Amino acid sequence: MEKELWKGNEAIAEAAIRAGCDCFFGYPITPQSEVPEYMSAHLPKAGGVFLQSESEVAAINMVYGAAGAGMRAMTSSSSPGISLKQEGITYIAGAELPCVIVNCMRGGPGLGTIQPGQGDYYQATRGGGNGDYRTLVLSPSNVQEAVDFVQEAFDIADQYRNPVMVVMDGLIGQMMEPIEWHPVPKRDLPPKDWATTGRKDRDHNNIINSLYMDPNECDRHNEHLAEKYALMEKNEVRWEEKECEDAEVIITAYGTPARIALTALETLRAEGLKVGLFRPITLWPFPEAALRKLSKADHVKAFVDVEMSSTGQMIDDVRLSVEGRKPIRYLGHAGGVMPTVEEMVDAVKAALKEGK
Amino acid sequence: MAIVYEKSRGLTDEELHYCPGCHHGIIHKLVAESLVELGLLDDAIGVCPVGCSVFAYKYFNCDMQEAAHGRAPAVATGIKRTHPHQAVFTYQGDGDLASIGAAEIVHAAMRGEKFTTIFVNNAIYGMTGGQMAPTTLIGQKATTCQTGRTKEQAGMPIRMAELLSTLEGCVYAERVCVTDIANINKAKKAIKKAFQKQMNGEGFTFIEVLSTCPTNWGMTPLKAVEWLKDNMVPYYPLGVIKETAPETAEVK
Repeated sequence: MEKELWKGNEAIAEAAIRAGCDCFFGYPITPQSEVPEYMSAHLPKAGGVFLQSESEVAAINMVYGAAGAGMRAMTSSSSPGISLKQEGITYIAGAELPCVIVNCMRGGPGLGTIQPGQGDYYQATRGGGNGDYRTLVLSPSNVQEAVDFVQEAFDIADQYRNPVMVVMDGLIGQMMEPIEWHPVPKRDLPPKDWATTGRKDRDHNNIINSLYMDPNECDRHNEHLAEKYALMEKNEVRWEEKECEDAEVIITAYGTPARIALTALETLRAEGLKVGLFRPITLWPFPEAALRKLSKADHVKAFVDVEMSSTGQMIDDVRLSVEGRKPIRYLGHAGGVMPTVEEMVDAVKAALKEGK
Repeated sequence: MAIVYEKSRGLTDEELHYCPGCHHGIIHKLVAESLVELGLLDDAIGVCPVGCSVFAYKYFNCDMQEAAHGRAPAVATGIKRTHPHQAVFTYQGDGDLASIGAAEIVHAAMRGEKFTTIFVNNAIYGMTGGQMAPTTLIGQKATTCQTGRTKEQAGMPIRMAELLSTLEGCVYAERVCVTDIANINKAKKAIKKAFQKQMNGEGFTFIEVLSTCPTNWGMTPLKAVEWLKDNMVPYYPLGVIKETAPETAEVK
C-alpha cells in the first residue's frame, strides 16, 4: 500500500472523517489546533458538521447532545482543555454515550508548557471527572497508530456506549510521518435505538440522562457500569512486548518515550545486555496481567519506568502489576524535555546492578 | 358529553413534583400544548437543566436529554446542528441559564442557533434551597443574602432577554408571565411563535417567563403572585423585547 506523509494532528482528523465521524466540536489550543482546523475544512465536505465552540466546556456538551441524538461525535483538545472537558466526560460516561476524545498532551500543571508531556495519565485512566467511571484510553506511539486507533475508537465507543480517549503526547500530533490508509478492524455494532432522534412511531420517549435520585437505582446503575468496565478489561487490553523473552531489565514506557526506548534497546543489546520493552497501548484497561507475568519470570531482575512526567504516573500501574517482586527505577522529565537514549542506557545499567 | 378540556398529549402521566403555587406546571403545559398544536411533538427533542425542572424529562412527552448545569444550550446546539429539521428546545431556570450557563446561552444566541429557549426566571435558586440568583432583586432576601441583595455586594440583577436581544442571532425575545388567564394566553402565543420562528429557520428564539417560588420566597401562592406583579414586573418589563421581521432574517 502506498505511503503518504501526514502530520499527526491532520492525520487524526482525516482518520476520523474516514471512520464516519458525523460531527466535530472543538476549541483552539496548542498543540492540537490542526485537528479543528482540518475538520473545519474537510468535515463539511464529507457531509458532517463542524463547529468551533466558545469553550472546551461547551464543545464537550455539544458532543453530549449530538452523541445522545445518535451521531458519531468527536472533540479534541490538549491538557488544560481536557481538564475543562472533564465535567462533560463524566456526564457522557454516566449517560452511556459513545464519543471519541483526543488529548494531544502538553506539559503541566496549569498552563505548563505547549511542549509535549504525559502528565495527564492519571486524569485519563482514573476517570478524571467526578464519580466512578472509566474511559477506554488508546495511546499511539507513532502517527500510523494514531490514525488506526482513531478509526477503531469510534467502533469501540459505539460497542460499549462509552467515551474512548486517544491520548498521545504533543510530539505525535506535531510530527510528520509516512503512513498508509489500510483498513482497520470493524465491529458488529448494536443499533442506537436509545438515541433521542424524535419519538415518531416509537412507543416510548428516549431519555439521555445520568441522574438517579433513588439510591438503589443509582447503585444498580453504577454496578451496570462496573460490569461494562470489567468487560472492557477482559476484551480490550492491548500492549506490545519487545525482546522481553530473555530480558533482565524491562523498560516500561508509552507514546514517544517508548519510541526512544527502542534505540536504547538497540544500544544496550549491542553491548550484550539483555533488555526488553513493555509498552502499554491501552492505558486503561492497563495490561496488568501481562506485566505481572513478566515480573514473575526469573530472568527479569528489574524494571525501569520512563515517562514524560516529573513524578511518574503510569509507574503506579507498573507498581500495582509488579507487586513489589522486582525493583522499579524511574526516569522522567516534564516541560517537554525528552528522556534521552543515554539516560535510559544509564538507568538500565543502574537497574541491572541493583537487581543483581 | 363533549370533552371541553383535557391534559395535553404533550405531557406524560407522571405526577409533577413542583411545590404548591409554583408556575413550572403552567409553563410545562404551555410548552407541551404548543408542540402538539404545531404538530412538532413527535419530532421534538428537548433539553432540561439542573434546577427545579431537572425532572422535566419525565414530564414532556417527547425525546429528552438531561444536561449538566448551565450547558443545555451547548447540548441543544449539538442536537440541532445534527438534526436541523427537528424542533429542539431548552427549558432552563435562572441559576442555570443566567449564572453558570451564561457563556453557553450568549454564544448560542450569537451563533443564531435555531432552537427555542424557555427561560423560567423566579429570581432565586429553588432546588438548592433559596440562594441568591443573578436575577434576585435588590432588597430581596435569599439564604446567601439574608438581609437582602445589595448592589454594592452583588451588583444589579441581570435582564437576560434584553442582553440576548443585542445579538443579531437572536431573532425573537419576549418576556411573559403566567399570573392570570390574560398573561397565560400571551405566554402561550409567545411560546408558539418562538417555535414557529425556529421551524422557519429564522434564528435563536428566547421566551423569558417570570415565575413564582412561594416556598423559597416564604409566601403563600397568592401572595407570591402579587409580589411578582409588584416587584418583578417593574424591573423585568413584560412584552416583546426583540423581534426581527422574518423577511430580514436570513432564512436557510
